[in-house]
Amino acid sequence: MIQDYVVFVGVNIVLAWSVYVILLAGSLSFANGGFMAIGAYVSGVLTVKFGLPLVVAAPIAGIVAGAIGVLVGFPALRTRGIYLMLVTVGVAVSVKAVIESIDYVGGIQGFGGMVGTTQWHVIALVVLVGCGLWLLSKSPLQRILDAVREDELSAASLGINAVYVKVVCFGVGAFLAAVAGSFYAHYLIHVTPDQFGIVLSVFIVLYAVLGGTNNMWGPPIGAAIMTLIPEFVRGLESWRPTAFGVIILGLLLIRPDGLLAFRSVTARTKRALTISTSDVAKSD
Amino acid sequence: MDEVSQSILAVEGLSKSFRGLTALESISLEVIHGEILGLMGPNGAGKSVFVNVVTGFYRPDTGTINFGGRDITHLPSYALARLGIARTYQNIRLLRRMTVLENVLVATKDHVEQPFRSVLARNQSSFVTTALALLEQFHLADKRDWLAGALAYGEARRLEIARALAGKPSLLFLDEPAAGMNEQETEELAGTIRSSHQMVEAIVIIEHDVAMMRELADRLVVMDSGRKIAEGRPNDVLAQPNVIEAYLGTDGPDD
Repeated sequence: MIQDYVVFVGVNIVLAWSVYVILLAGSLSFANGGFMAIGAYVSGVLTVKFGLPLVVAAPIAGIVAGAIGVLVGFPALRTRGIYLMLVTVGVAVSVKAVIESIDYVGGIQGFGGMVGTTQWHVIALVVLVGCGLWLLSKSPLQRILDAVREDELSAASLGINAVYVKVVCFGVGAFLAAVAGSFYAHYLIHVTPDQFGIVLSVFIVLYAVLGGTNNMWGPPIGAAIMTLIPEFVRGLESWRPTAFGVIILGLLLIRPDGLLAFRSVTARTKRALTISTSDVAKSD
Repeated sequence: MDEVSQSILAVEGLSKSFRGLTALESISLEVIHGEILGLMGPNGAGKSVFVNVVTGFYRPDTGTINFGGRDITHLPSYALARLGIARTYQNIRLLRRMTVLENVLVATKDHVEQPFRSVLARNQSSFVTTALALLEQFHLADKRDWLAGALAYGEARRLEIARALAGKPSLLFLDEPAAGMNEQETEELAGTIRSSHQMVEAIVIIEHDVAMMRELADRLVVMDSGRKIAEGRPNDVLAQPNVIEAYLGTDGPDD
């Protein structure tokens, strides 16, 4: 039972980070449920039909999804804002439709026989991805991503290839979602295309947004809370989805920037704001 | 061919129109090694369009642009920035939610060219030192931790020039750097531009301020309605009847 929580929370944390990585370069992706499905099915075929070990199949599935992410991302990331969002929604919907039509992986009946994920796989994945993101946040890349997110024109005139940066982030996000999907499928044993509908993609985005996307710690908090809340409100029976929705709305009202949105008011900002306000006061 | 070997930028027959409206009509000009070139002209003369085409933000319809002996006509803006063409914007474009220091640091050449390799770049102290020295030179060192969006207008202009220089360019375009400044600020800006001149091979300034142009520019090019109407030493050019007419006809007399 506790293993269930660890695996589901861990998988959702990595999924939330997969959205966060793409958001770092300023794009919002509703395709990550689709990338997760690609991961689940590709790794499943590799372990069940070709007998590869899970720890080999998962990264291969990640690379396949990452490559698809780059292929889709290259034309898609030249569009902006709402149009890009619509393209990513389209990706999620088509991945599900394509999987449903492939008899080799069971069509709408789903695909089964995947085993092997333990809580330690998931914990190791979370730690690994967390370390990577932490390194990133301390590196010059964070500044470059901040610049791309804030003003692509400005970034371009400094020599930053904004499209390249965004496409790579999209590919890395797809990779992470697929690896998470691989472990998820090999824990559930049997998956169906239905599980990877657009609602899943929306939930993954909500994990990140509810937790806060200003720093790497928000998305895991959001993922953990949103994975566990439905369990805590189990006693409400048929009112569970309603309670869940009300809690989400409440969170968005109380903390519109996410639960952990502290980078916008970090020390540097506070100092800057105090200096500039005291300056204004003086000159008045 | 002597002139060609001296020129850092050579533009030949550059034209650009927007939905039939001609913004640039067969403009040819050179930027000579070591000079400050002033680009003048009434509003709508096509000066900013010219800068946007040369820095890769617009594609030209016809014409060629040669930079340091290399055809750069169809390169995108980020590639031109890496080759050494830097610019500022008519409406200041800073990264407003990043600090003053970060605005300069982000332009560090190594990181910009290999963004994903920079994840593993550990020791950044030499880059920070360079950036701080640049801020010192532009009198912004004490505001290094301010958000760029909180800077006063003149400071924001200085930071934009400092940031443009952070990538160690050889050619710098300044698009109306003195717009909206009073006389004293313009005077200070002229000093800033002069000290920037030490760090690059040539500067192109677009400006309306005649006094500033007379003081700073080694050569002037005057544009009107997308065409070049005069070129030469500032005092000669500003005395030409067609230049005076171009200004009187649209903007009214300067000064």
